[in-house]
Amino acid sequence: MADTVFDAPETDAPELSLEEQRKAQQLADAPILTGSGAILRSLELLGVTDVFGLPGGAIMPFYDELMSADKIRHILVRHEQGAGHAAEGYASSSGRLGVAIATSGPGATNLVTAIADAHMDSVPMLAITGQVFSTSMGTDAFQEVDISGVTMPITKHSFLVTKPEEIPGVIAAAVHLATTGRPGPVLVDVTKDAQQKSAPFIWPPEIDLPGYHPVTKANAKQVHLAAEMIAQAQKPVLYVGGGTIRAGAHKELAAFAHAVGAPVVTTLMARGVFPDSDDLNLGMPGMHGTVPAVLALQESDLLIVLGARFDDRVTGKPSEFAPNAQVIHVDIDPAEIGKIRHAELPIVGDLKEVLADFLPAFMQAASAHTPDFSAWWERLNFLREQYPLGFDEPEDGLLSPQWVIQKIGEMSGPEAVYAAGVGQHQMWAAQFIRYERPNSWLNSGGAGTMGYAIPAAMGAKVAEPDRLVWAIDGDGCFQMTNQELATCTINNIPIKVAIINNSSLGMVRQWQSLFYAGRHSFTDLNTGHDSVMVPDFVKLADAYGALGIRVRTKEEVEPAIKLAMETNDRPVVLDFIVSKDSMVWPMVPQGVGNSQVQYAQDLAPEWGDE
Amino acid sequence: MSHVLSLLVEDKPGLLTRVAGLFARRGFNIESLAVGKTEIPGLSRITVVVDVEELPLEQVTKQLNKLINVLKIVELEPEQSVQREHMLIKVRVDNTTRSQILEAATLFRARVVDVVTDALVIEVTGDSAKVRALLKVLGPYGIKEIAQSGLLAMGRGSKSISERINKN
Repeated sequence: MADTVFDAPETDAPELSLEEQRKAQQLADAPILTGSGAILRSLELLGVTDVFGLPGGAIMPFYDELMSADKIRHILVRHEQGAGHAAEGYASSSGRLGVAIATSGPGATNLVTAIADAHMDSVPMLAITGQVFSTSMGTDAFQEVDISGVTMPITKHSFLVTKPEEIPGVIAAAVHLATTGRPGPVLVDVTKDAQQKSAPFIWPPEIDLPGYHPVTKANAKQVHLAAEMIAQAQKPVLYVGGGTIRAGAHKELAAFAHAVGAPVVTTLMARGVFPDSDDLNLGMPGMHGTVPAVLALQESDLLIVLGARFDDRVTGKPSEFAPNAQVIHVDIDPAEIGKIRHAELPIVGDLKEVLADFLPAFMQAASAHTPDFSAWWERLNFLREQYPLGFDEPEDGLLSPQWVIQKIGEMSGPEAVYAAGVGQHQMWAAQFIRYERPNSWLNSGGAGTMGYAIPAAMGAKVAEPDRLVWAIDGDGCFQMTNQELATCTINNIPIKVAIINNSSLGMVRQWQSLFYAGRHSFTDLNTGHDSVMVPDFVKLADAYGALGIRVRTKEEVEPAIKLAMETNDRPVVLDFIVSKDSMVWPMVPQGVGNSQVQYAQDLAPEWGDE
Repeated sequence: MSHVLSLLVEDKPGLLTRVAGLFARRGFNIESLAVGKTEIPGLSRITVVVDVEELPLEQVTKQLNKLINVLKIVELEPEQSVQREHMLIKVRVDNTTRSQILEAATLFRARVVDVVTDALVIEVTGDSAKVRALLKVLGPYGIKEIAQSGLLAMGRGSKSISERINKN
């Protein structure tokens, strides 16, 4: 990258140009830092204040610097995957860059799941890894893994740095890449010798990215065409995805949605970007979406797609998805437009800017032709009345998981942060907690990484220490990453964990019940009701220095949540023993069109006239 | 259908892995690949032939454009570009076939670049059809070995790909 820094300008002319003189002077004035000092200084200058990591041989020079850092708080995790998800939770709750650090080899590969997760969900994340000495690379040295190679398909970009003088430029470029355009994870792998050797530290460095020019401003003609299409539509829907949150465009979205008066659906990744309390919000679409949201898309004549990517969990069978709709697709990543569904009107741009441009364009178009969506709303309100989200009480008399989650949401309110694992509890948390603001709902949407919740909640609590932070977790997920409770206790990060303990890998069990003739193959975890309860989560919480409370009855639920909210000197683990037979409804079975949505088991909604 | 893409890229370590990996990951088959330096120091050019339909091709191009080290991608249509392959063919000869083979080589404006008593190495340059035609003619004599370059292609006219970099 900046390997030009030390190359003397090859010129015959004795006189240096002004630019060359400036560079020579800059080089002469620059302080000499070790490579590891340069990493630290670069991070500080880029405004990084918190990092998550775990040291090892190849990253020791940097850790030696980190020990005396006064502007950066390092949080020592217990497993590198925890550092990765913590960085994600940090970023997703605050909108700021998340940073994870690991050593070479297994340290770096332990970050891989979190990096892949951040890639799928467009989370701005910087991963810094140590690498063996550049002279040992390629020899199968101890703890050598080609991590920049391994992560090529799951990062926005990956760098390998072998010279100290390259470090400021690479770190600055990595942060620029991670946080601009479509955000994503960037990995910087630094050899141990590059950390140890010294070089002049030049700041600001030249960021040399000639192939990177994200388009943020939409084409004005396209914006006006979009406005015309919206004004002419009979049944428009705003299909809002996580990109709207990443763009920080919630205010622009609210203004635009209200000007248009069209229904809004918020995908799993977009929960909270548009208030659930808003009358225009039909809820979440997709496999476990609300019936009104699923059918609104299905029956629409115009989808206004904002930072969403037609994920298969939203569309069901793509060929049967929204069959009568034209598509306006807005995304900052041109590759998402037309990837799954043809867009009649493609618009590349940053949603914050595009939505701000949409508003006046729509007002103008609407003044010529005032759209009337009253028939559309009549249909949608009928669906809302007929098919509200709900759940049945379990027949076994155990706690209803949906009720527990709903209660947590009601008592904690919209200012709290909720991080979920993956599975049934994730869907229920997406359905039964009311979200009113962006960045309040954190989950692993694209990758579906079990074990995301605890470290992500930890990261969120570090980023937003004044907020109440919940990890809504499953008994399966919890056992994948609960070691970070030690990190939380030691570093005074008082997160609240609600284990929705149905003693099984619940979502897989649900599919087995529905699609595999009830053959529950290897989904029983023996952690809950009527089992040996291994491990005992309350004892485990206690062992980690957290407050553990077991909750079995309805009467115990509110006091337990209240105590958890009042306990801030240590993490809290609530072990809710719930029914294993509760299922996530509504549901569109995999591989069929969304018109096949089932409101509850064997209960399909009634169709309108069409 | 085959499409010829010309990529102007930064000459960085692992670049070829990134490009090839992207094709493999997204399920696109590379028919031919040629990589070399360009008139601009630090930039390389990759000519890749890929067999896809129009829509997936758009997706390939967009995904390639997302690679940070890729500066420009141009699809080169056969009519608006010069396209050449280069092949070395080692063919079996004896006293009765030598003159026939030399005559065929001359007809194809191919050159003999190595001669021993029982074999010739013939060098041929041309579009894919010409190279295949020569192979077909030489086939009956016994082809012992071939080495083939990827397709090279360049747009016709005075404009260069590097002049098109900043016109996104």
